[in-house]
Amino acid sequence: MDIFLQQILNGLLLGSIYALVALGYTMVYGILGLINFAHGDIVMIGALVALSVVTALGTSMPVMLVLLIATATAVAVCVALGLIIERTAYRPLRRAPRLAPLITAIGVSILIQYSAALVWGKQYMSLPEIVKPGKIEFGGAQITTTQAFIFVLACAIMAALLWFVKTSRMGRAMRATEQNPDVAGLMGVDTTRVIAFTFALGASIGAIAGVMVVLYYGQGHYFMGFMVGLKAFTAAVLGGIGNIPGAMLGGLLLGLIESLAAGYMGDITGGVFGSNYRDVYAFIVLVLVLMLRPSGLMGVSSGDRA
Amino acid sequence: MDRRLLIKSAAAVFAVATTLALTACGDKTPPPAAKKADAPKAPEVQVIKIGSASPLTGTEAHIGIDIRNGVQLAIEDANKANVQIGGKPVKFELVAEDDEANPTKATTVAQKLVDAKVAGVVGHFNSGASIPASKIYADAGIPQISPSSTNPDYTLKGYKTTFRVVAHDGQQGPTLGRFALDKLKAKNIAVIDDATAYGQGLADNFEATVKAGGAKVVAREHTTNKDTDFKAILTKIKGKNPDLIMFGGIDPQAAPMKKQMAELGIKAQFIGGDGMQTPNFIKLAGDAAEGAYASIPGLPKETMPGGKEFLAKYKAKFNAEVELFAPMGYDAVMVFIEAMKRAGSADPTKFLAEISKTNYTGVIGPIAFDDKGDLTNGPITIYVVKGGKWEALETVTPNAGANNAPKGDAKAEAPKDAAKK
Repeated sequence: MDIFLQQILNGLLLGSIYALVALGYTMVYGILGLINFAHGDIVMIGALVALSVVTALGTSMPVMLVLLIATATAVAVCVALGLIIERTAYRPLRRAPRLAPLITAIGVSILIQYSAALVWGKQYMSLPEIVKPGKIEFGGAQITTTQAFIFVLACAIMAALLWFVKTSRMGRAMRATEQNPDVAGLMGVDTTRVIAFTFALGASIGAIAGVMVVLYYGQGHYFMGFMVGLKAFTAAVLGGIGNIPGAMLGGLLLGLIESLAAGYMGDITGGVFGSNYRDVYAFIVLVLVLMLRPSGLMGVSSGDRA
Repeated sequence: MDRRLLIKSAAAVFAVATTLALTACGDKTPPPAAKKADAPKAPEVQVIKIGSASPLTGTEAHIGIDIRNGVQLAIEDANKANVQIGGKPVKFELVAEDDEANPTKATTVAQKLVDAKVAGVVGHFNSGASIPASKIYADAGIPQISPSSTNPDYTLKGYKTTFRVVAHDGQQGPTLGRFALDKLKAKNIAVIDDATAYGQGLADNFEATVKAGGAKVVAREHTTNKDTDFKAILTKIKGKNPDLIMFGGIDPQAAPMKKQMAELGIKAQFIGGDGMQTPNFIKLAGDAAEGAYASIPGLPKETMPGGKEFLAKYKAKFNAEVELFAPMGYDAVMVFIEAMKRAGSADPTKFLAEISKTNYTGVIGPIAFDDKGDLTNGPITIYVVKGGKWEALETVTPNAGANNAPKGDAKAEAPKDAAKK
């Protein structure tokens, strides 16, 4: 039982990171109908910037302050990057056929990856051990205080985002643009600004997710955004892309599926589908969702926009 | 939401996945190869070219340059000693090429060395480069000695021209297995590999040995060489209560794995192969690295029979410390020269047969080859992380005293427990 509980905890933790990254995909998709493939790489940039800042500051300051500065720098860099990408790569293509921005997104993704490889090199970088995490134990399962902190923070960010989109003026503008950008424009919503803001918001959440990945695994690499991005995209589709609570649900579910599948499928199938197929389960789920419920678990079917 | 668009998007995702995976595989394209040194030629002296092929640029450059330096040192020593072959004075010349640790580039470089008419090649560093290159050398009849490639397949192609001066993974896995049984007294063992040729091969060899030795393999799990999250498989393993976890793979996975073991409160010991016996493992795993065991082919460089002298010579010449395989590179050249001396010729067709008969004591110890071209009784050293550093624990000579006895050299058995225990 303690093993089962541990697997659930592993899954929720992994899932909360997927969920945060998935938000970036889903918000941009909701508003632009564009899958921003570069989002995973923005997460990577956030992770590597934070790693560099922590390495540079070391233990010269209290740990929390170092982390705060690292996160703030990562968010600033990623927001700037998100805005630049939106301005230079996507905005000129807003009226272009949908395939054009999609291919551009792939190009931007590769550009960011190899720029990062130039700046940071291609080797794995390690996070200095600035914080000695304590252990929290319950029911025989254990997590570290860092992991508990990551999970709580992820949930807080998700709650704050939901609240923001539901209640604030900008949130209302975002929802209006999502429903129909042209009509929203006619109603006085500055859709260009709303779209730029959405990119910035997604990038800042992505940057925080990047910091979490670095804190969790203690290492970073220029290619790390690729798999995270792919999983988060799967999570977004699973929950219903374009739907913010759906991305959160999808992320958590995907984390749980991966953990439980890697933990139990090997024994259930007598070793035929063991842990070597862990990543496959995520994509099997994606295929099934696309076949059975193309709009995702929480998505609503809608016709093409006017 | 439009169903067709989503399906298109999903198709695009997979297309990107494949494209990016492919670019990631072949992404090592640093600047062009280093120029070969063209030494002035004295007309009356026969010039014999020795090739050196290793990564001189890119992330593995430090190891590749180390090998080339070893080769260069050997050539200079041989020239100083005024070696005579077949009664005539000769001069050796280095032709160093950069294979960028890239299998495709390795074949190009191999062809270049063949065209330059080298008498023998020391290289390559990576198994992935040595194996495709070996065909080109074999077709040209030029002997190749790898100072470092440990994949068993390298010498299994049936070429007469391939040799290596390190123990291979087929010897490393069983050595780790015996160490786990005899020294760590492991009874219940979990085995994880990274699903690469290297990692899985090592883990399979290890598993077979410990099973034969009476230990129980309670779990056999797999991951990939890109993953960093092992919580799920480690949690599963925790449920089986092993006293040892073996990992076949390299440091970017081994380090977070060791860390996550600690986070999950797994008390089992941790052991792996040369892929994780690196300073980087300790850097990435931090305090969690403490107590991890790993093996690496060869003796610790300080305790090699010719180690002290070689390290001093290397330091004096290059003003740098030996990274890893310079002594093997040095010895590989000496093996060529000894074979040439015995054959009385620098023609590969004449001295190739003599290489198989090598019985030479070099920097790394006694060198002799079996019929496949593998080093007989290549020693393997097991290390443990202690106080944030890899510390040599003991050196094991595979097959020592077994049916595969050393070829007539009493010194062939490497010193046991070479370093302090």
